[in-house]
Amino acid sequence: MSFFEHYNYHLAIVLAMIGLYTMISRTNLVKKVAGLNIFQVSVFILFISLGVIEDGTVPILSPDHEVYSNPLPHVLILTAIVVGVATTAVALALVVRIREAYGTVEEDRVHEQDDAL
Amino acid sequence: MDTVVDILLLAFLAICAISILRLRDLFAMTMMFGLFSLISAGLFTTMDAPDVAFTEAAVGAGISTILILATLAQTSRREQATPARSKLVPLAVVWVTGAVLIYGTADLPAFGDPDAPVHNHVGPHYIQESGKEIGIPNVVASVLASYRGYDTLGEVVVVFAAVVGVMSLLGLRRRPPGLRPARGKPDPNDVLKVIATMVVPVILLFALYVQFHGEYSPGGGFQAGVIFAAAIILYALVFGLDKARQVIPPKVLNRLPAAGVLIYGGVGVVTLLLGGNFLEYYALAEDAKTAQHMGILFIEIGVGVTVASVMLLIYFIFSERGRGKRPDEGNGDGDGDGDGDGALSRDEGGTA
Repeated sequence: MSFFEHYNYHLAIVLAMIGLYTMISRTNLVKKVAGLNIFQVSVFILFISLGVIEDGTVPILSPDHEVYSNPLPHVLILTAIVVGVATTAVALALVVRIREAYGTVEEDRVHEQDDAL
Repeated sequence: MDTVVDILLLAFLAICAISILRLRDLFAMTMMFGLFSLISAGLFTTMDAPDVAFTEAAVGAGISTILILATLAQTSRREQATPARSKLVPLAVVWVTGAVLIYGTADLPAFGDPDAPVHNHVGPHYIQESGKEIGIPNVVASVLASYRGYDTLGEVVVVFAAVVGVMSLLGLRRRPPGLRPARGKPDPNDVLKVIATMVVPVILLFALYVQFHGEYSPGGGFQAGVIFAAAIILYALVFGLDKARQVIPPKVLNRLPAAGVLIYGGVGVVTLLLGGNFLEYYALAEDAKTAQHMGILFIEIGVGVTVASVMLLIYFIFSERGRGKRPDEGNGDGDGDGDGDGALSRDEGGTA
């Protein structure tokens, strides 16, 4: 089993790390949410990669095909995408409220104002 | 060939992700974010997951992008310079985590290996038996709506809970009178209007096709719901929020997310009353396959109603909240707020 047989997983991890870095190194809350979404998509890619079977096809039964990719990760991920956007909306709603309360969406400014109290 | 396309798309994704990280102009960042989602949808297609690709294209490139834009319209367009604090700690965290994860993949079976454990559990059963047991060709739909019906009910409830969260955070109040800022361009582009008029009905029709043909081709309630919502959001972007609000009266729309969950749960209760287990569709009709068809059809309608109405409600709440205030209102970071105005006013074009 060579190292290069896992390229899909490795690239998914690279994406996840870019997302993680965006989240922890930037102070802008909107950007943090975007980083969280990048991380989320990388997890989706990892799951779908696990379901791929070599020479397989789309999991819709047809007499012409024998090998199908695994449908279970597809189900998990397609519901996760919709749940993901719904929870992203909650995060963005919190950002809007933070802006209304503090007048800024930069994390360090919010902390400054909290400390000043 | 597949491998080449795969690696190319993943490389594009990495480039998009890095530019999302680096761009200070959050409007540009949002555009890159839409691109990122669209490319990942392409990647899902090459990995034989059209249902997932559908959802990602409609949600990621459509709805998420618009929600971020709506948030930007109410916050600020530019990111502030990151304070000069050490980048060493985040970098170290990321490198260590990444290294550990990559070390972990060494034990995973090779990409596409048919003997991987994941393909030797319930997967083969779904592929081999769902034709006989459920009688519909799209295995993803049978797993989603029948084999794992409980899980899907849970997911629908989470989506419902999310809209309740957004409503309680941002409220549903109409904009306060007199606060509305004068916008630069009240009339949207004629070209946009003509194209939207032509495209929106087709997208709505396509959403219905995806909803009701989901048993035979890629599709189902989740995908149809987001596509339907995307069409109405497009209409709202071009013709203005007020016109789009007239399409579905708020009183009806506010109740639809709950209605969808109730349809889904109601199917479960009906099967209970007919003597089966919760969501055991066999109780619905004499013939096993007809019963499964009916059950899947009903719960997919429930899913579609909830998902479409939740997406629309979230969009309406965000953009209605944004109308009451000027983006440059408030103290804090004033830089670049003003110029965000023109670009973002498309959100509510034509409402003046």
